[in-house]
Amino acid sequence: MADPIHTPTESTGQDPSGKVHRLVVNRDPKFTNFVEFRTHKVIYRRYAGLFFSLCVDITDNELAYLECIHLFVEILDHFFSNVCELDLVFNFHKVYLILDEFILAGELQETSKKAIIERMGELEKLE
Amino acid sequence: MIRAIRACKTAAEERAVVRKECAAIRASINENDQDYRHRNLAKLMFIQMLGYPTHFGQMECLKLIASAGFPEKRIGYLGLMLLLDERQEVLIDLNHSNQYIVGLALCALGNICSAEMARDLAPEVERLMQFRDPNIRKKAALCSIRIIKKVPDLAENFINPAASLLKEKHHGVLITGIQLCTDLCKVSPEALEFLRKKCTEGLVKTLKDVVNSPYAPEYDIAGITDPFLHIRLLRLLRLLGQGDADASDCMNDILAQVATKTESNKNAGNAILYECVETIMSIEDNGGLRVLAINILGRFLSNRDNNIRYVALNMLMRAMTVDAQAVQRHRATILECVKDSDASIRKRALELVFLLVNESNVKPLTKELIDYLEASDQEFKGDLTAKICSIVAKFSPEKIWYIDQMLKVLTEAGNFVKDEVWHALIVVISNASDLHGYTVRALYRAFQTSSEQESLVRVAVWCIGEYGEMLVNNIGMLDIEDPITVTESDAVDVAETAIKRHASDLTTKAMALIALLKLSSRFPSCSERIKDIIAQYKGSLVLELQQRSIEFNSVIAKHQNIRSALVERMPVLDEATFMVRRVPIPASASPSIVNLPNGVSKPSAAPLVDLLDLSSDDAPAPSSTGGDFLQDLLGVELSPASNQPGTSHARQNGTDVLLDLLSIGTPPLQSVPSAPDILSSVQNNKIPLAPLDGLLSPTPHSAQATPARDAPVIDFLDGFVTNPPVTENNGSAFPSIVAFESSNLRAVFNFSKTPGNPQTTLIQATFTNLSSDSLTDFIFQAAVPKFLQLHLDPASGSTLPASGNGSVTQNLKVTNSQHGKKSLVMRIRIAYKMNNKDILEEGQVNNFPRGL
Repeated sequence: MADPIHTPTESTGQDPSGKVHRLVVNRDPKFTNFVEFRTHKVIYRRYAGLFFSLCVDITDNELAYLECIHLFVEILDHFFSNVCELDLVFNFHKVYLILDEFILAGELQETSKKAIIERMGELEKLE
Repeated sequence: MIRAIRACKTAAEERAVVRKECAAIRASINENDQDYRHRNLAKLMFIQMLGYPTHFGQMECLKLIASAGFPEKRIGYLGLMLLLDERQEVLIDLNHSNQYIVGLALCALGNICSAEMARDLAPEVERLMQFRDPNIRKKAALCSIRIIKKVPDLAENFINPAASLLKEKHHGVLITGIQLCTDLCKVSPEALEFLRKKCTEGLVKTLKDVVNSPYAPEYDIAGITDPFLHIRLLRLLRLLGQGDADASDCMNDILAQVATKTESNKNAGNAILYECVETIMSIEDNGGLRVLAINILGRFLSNRDNNIRYVALNMLMRAMTVDAQAVQRHRATILECVKDSDASIRKRALELVFLLVNESNVKPLTKELIDYLEASDQEFKGDLTAKICSIVAKFSPEKIWYIDQMLKVLTEAGNFVKDEVWHALIVVISNASDLHGYTVRALYRAFQTSSEQESLVRVAVWCIGEYGEMLVNNIGMLDIEDPITVTESDAVDVAETAIKRHASDLTTKAMALIALLKLSSRFPSCSERIKDIIAQYKGSLVLELQQRSIEFNSVIAKHQNIRSALVERMPVLDEATFMVRRVPIPASASPSIVNLPNGVSKPSAAPLVDLLDLSSDDAPAPSSTGGDFLQDLLGVELSPASNQPGTSHARQNGTDVLLDLLSIGTPPLQSVPSAPDILSSVQNNKIPLAPLDGLLSPTPHSAQATPARDAPVIDFLDGFVTNPPVTENNGSAFPSIVAFESSNLRAVFNFSKTPGNPQTTLIQATFTNLSSDSLTDFIFQAAVPKFLQLHLDPASGSTLPASGNGSVTQNLKVTNSQHGKKSLVMRIRIAYKMNNKDILEEGQVNNFPRGL
């Protein structure tokens, strides 16, 4: 079961997540984590059954975004303490909240895990 | 609800659950239920993620945003971003006293801001960039990126606040500030200039601090403090250094430090190195640094990690422009990457190889690629083939090499070769007269092993049809060839296999049919067998094949006398013409369009015209051959009519001699007196044409030198007599055509030639009114391409009476400077008034008879 969390850095018209999903899932684990997709590149990383995909400009630094996905997953892991797919499905609004603290307007917003977790704590208190 | 949806086993069940939920949500929206609003919206968002339409919830978002509490607002904004896109207009509160709510608003703005919103809210965002809370500052900075991307004019307002963000200590704010500066530099040259002057040194210092910073657990990734910050800094420095020697100079030291000191055993470190290399490549020249960078790429390229190799290839492509020599050193490794199992790597590597090719290395590189063609998987073959073909065509040092390589490609991947590629190959073959024999033999061999490759079959069949006798007689043997024994019937076998193979498409079959016809004359011993094969297609369901088959059959059976002339080898195809025509060719080469001349009185003219058409169909040749054939045809028929004693001798000898003579008399440019001219003079039995006469007179000698063949004179003459349609047709060599026809009007062109001037054609255009109203103010205009000259005489009148009761005629004189090479074309425009209404009609006349 794969569940691509799709974060377009630039809006690409209608929702392309289905196509990206098909593109990414069929690839061999030994392959690169980059696939060219229309005019952009998809950077994906697989964690067990979960694929995290980012669509970035063709000129962007692929390795950096790969690292970026890992950081995001670490944050999720921290936040949900041992994150699993169900956490993400049932708390999708929280995942979005974290994403909004992590990436905004297609750019990286915060690189400190600690800062994001603290910020999430503050936001949670408000609910 | 989520649980219910997840429990669904089939898509239908899921749809049912979603429909029910949507109905419930709609009902609750209608009741204006305050308490459940945010829960409904959350559900809606989930439904939207599954791909169902949720537009009815959009108003709910706005209501939630308008409500006071944070949780409601949060869901509202989230919904706003997910359910809406930038097409909708929304209001956002950036002035709220609660900083968290301001944060939400900025978030939403950053994700869905439109150009109008950008203009309206830019001052607010600019103000928020100086906000005391760092969370708001960084969000505001990123929002500004979106704003300046949407409205680049606003960039200058953001330059100063952005520059001040670069002095931040807070990593989050700093990184967003750097981002904003990078984007400012991209949209605004002034911003670039300003930041280059004021901030380069500061940024270099910041980078130095980050690189040398002690261990910081908060930002540490694989032993490196905040690689993201490194990368952003390097990226901004790249923009500042590009095209500015001073700024580049300023950052040299730190770049060298990053390039040498960064650990390359983890992804994060490699990401920094990658960015650093790109910066070194982009900024102003510094030899030492470049060497360092290329070495890093070399290391990357030999890395076992596919990701690293991928970025190395990517980078080397950019390095080509800077230092092609250094990239060439890695050629072997790059070639290995073309064979990688990962499509992403293969694609990059192939593009890189394409850039690497030059005159000196084209041979080994092509060899490698072609060798690999065999092993590559199906979906990659198309790309690979296209690239090989274009490399071979671009850099081929000599024709034999080009032909060899193309044959290899056709053998391996003929099914992936594009039409224009094998068309080009045929043109090259046709021009390489010393290689005809070699090529046809090589093709014959290739066909034996790879007859499933469509385009190989086509080229082989064409060449065997044209140069079949060279195949059988081993003519033009090169030293490098192994001798090969092919009998006439072997050669016919090839064409027969091609035409009978089920996988062959129409083009291949038609080409095979023509090849057979040609062989029937080249190999008299196989003539009967070929006739049988051709006859099998008389009942073909494909009209084209059926028609050809019947025509060819009658050529073989009844028209022995013209056959060998008809199937003479094609004249050398003109490379220059082909290059010009290259673009339209794929369209016209699509399985044989039979150009039946418009409105020609079919019974008498058809055989001749069709035969002429054939010549343009059987190969992607410039259509000029039509004229050639016509002349040959007429020439053949002409000779017996002139009753020269030598002619029949020559005839006995096979038409070849005569034809050869004629073609000597008709220099390639075909500036011989035009066909009708010859005919009329012969028919009138006036002075026999001097050139022809002169040509024919030596024939008896040659005829006697070679023993006469078995065909008696009588037979031949009989054959001629049974050939009335063609003879009759001699009178009006150029049938009139319907040049234009619309619901109101028809234009018919009649052609005639002035004696002694084959280039000039007189056209009498006759216009007839087909409508029931009379046409007034009739004006006819025509335009022709550059190689034609057009002279229009005044029309005979300007009024066309209704229903064809009278007509207007107008004379045109067209001079074709490329006579014999190109046929006439004309664009026409007809203006007239019908019922006092101006009407303009336009058309193109492409159906001129060939040879005009």
